[in-house]
Amino acid sequence: MTAKYKVTYIEDSGKAHTIDLAEGWSLMEGAVKHLIPGIDADCGGACACATCQVYVAPEWNAKLPPRSDMEETMLDFAPDVRPTSRLSCQLRMTAELDGIVLNLPRTQHA
Amino acid sequence: MPENIVIIGAGQAGAQAVQSLRAEGFTGPITMVGDEAYAPYQRPPLSKAYLLGVFERARLFLKADTYYAEAGCELILNTSAKAIHRAERTVELTDGRKLAYDKLLLTTGARVRKLRCPGADLPGIHYLKTIADVDGLQAVFQAGKRIAIVGGGYIGLEVAAVGAKRGLDVTVFEAMDRLMARAVSPQLSAFYAAEHEKAGVKLKLKTGVEAFEGDGKVQRIIAGGQSYEADIVLVGIGVVPCDELAVHAGLASEDGIVVDQNARTGDPHVWSAGDCTRHIGREGHSIRLECVQNAIDQAKHAALAMVGKPKTYSEVPWFWSDQYDLKLQIAGLARPTDRLVLRGDPASRKFAVFHLRDGAVAAVEAVNAAPEYMIGKKLVAEGKTVAAETLADLSIPMKQMA
Repeated sequence: MTAKYKVTYIEDSGKAHTIDLAEGWSLMEGAVKHLIPGIDADCGGACACATCQVYVAPEWNAKLPPRSDMEETMLDFAPDVRPTSRLSCQLRMTAELDGIVLNLPRTQHA
Repeated sequence: MPENIVIIGAGQAGAQAVQSLRAEGFTGPITMVGDEAYAPYQRPPLSKAYLLGVFERARLFLKADTYYAEAGCELILNTSAKAIHRAERTVELTDGRKLAYDKLLLTTGARVRKLRCPGADLPGIHYLKTIADVDGLQAVFQAGKRIAIVGGGYIGLEVAAVGAKRGLDVTVFEAMDRLMARAVSPQLSAFYAAEHEKAGVKLKLKTGVEAFEGDGKVQRIIAGGQSYEADIVLVGIGVVPCDELAVHAGLASEDGIVVDQNARTGDPHVWSAGDCTRHIGREGHSIRLECVQNAIDQAKHAALAMVGKPKTYSEVPWFWSDQYDLKLQIAGLARPTDRLVLRGDPASRKFAVFHLRDGAVAAVEAVNAAPEYMIGKKLVAEGKTVAAETLADLSIPMKQMA
């Protein structure tokens, strides 16, 4: 049995959703499978659509791998990008991220 | 009494319709019928990460296991629809059940086109469309095995790339004179041919398959008059729409169930979305699209129309393919008469081909080039005119063209 860890997604409205996510799965997948409003992820995680942007609280940012070139360029096309922006399809669940909190943008479509 | 909706076909379009119907406020019962053993799942990873073995099966599913029950959608799996009785508004299932509907949505998808030639039924000849197909292929997909791939399209080439990575001896047979001829420009075909050859894949272009031979299982493929030894055969020569149910019910189909821009069929109680349909595209031509984008967007539009909020479907089609470390992203539908403009150097493995039609950007093919794809898609949607010299000039950032 794969280990599971907690992720909390906070909608732009402030509504929070906490789910259990299996190790190795992307933070986008957790949101999509649990129908968290605010993550579209039309391409299913292929880093092909830039519709799964999240804002990562600073205390968690240090625990994440840096943005790849592809993620960097795709993020260029997401709406309301901030220094804490990430594409959640590129972030994998690990024990270190247990309890991570992600804020969602108002919209995924520029 | 609230209305009830029946959805036939439990794929990407069906799952999207359930989600969109609920999001649009539909509160009546929904029943979705699927002929596979599984709840709706993503097909794109099947020929990529799932075949490579780096993507576990549970991740393929589009929704959590509990979703359908929570959404008030009864999921009937391992079952097909046998007939639609439009006059009495019922669907007859293969298990003998009869489902009454107020509104019916057909998301039956497509099935693989089968090769018809001597020996085509020999064991060891695989197709790739479902989880079960890949599981069957996985069992024999081992380093050192010789795999003959029939068809140099997306599926064949994605499997070729995974095969080369896994250490199989890969040969691709393509009847046309270039790879992905139906989907991409000659420039892209040439680039991908070189990449596959670099990875050790043998390409046999202009080589149609004539027969398969073997004792109890496939051992040889006869193509272009020559015989090639093979341990495994994978056929990827396209799909055909699953329209039989609609046709038998008297609904119009022209190589695809005919729907309008609200995903409606000729029957005011029946809609259809996804790979199984044919519709008038945003450029005014009748088209059948086989892609995730169409499954998602057309299903969203079907849901809107079903709840009485119709909206014209005119989204730009987009596609992607992963082969090796190359991400191909395409937006728009190219035509052979388009003027092609190259941006970037293919040798850098990061470039794009823009398709201009009457000066406007009609399509873009981008390889490892996200800005070109993202801005290109926007330009296509807006039908924007951009000078060829500007598109080709790498010193001008894509963002300036938006």
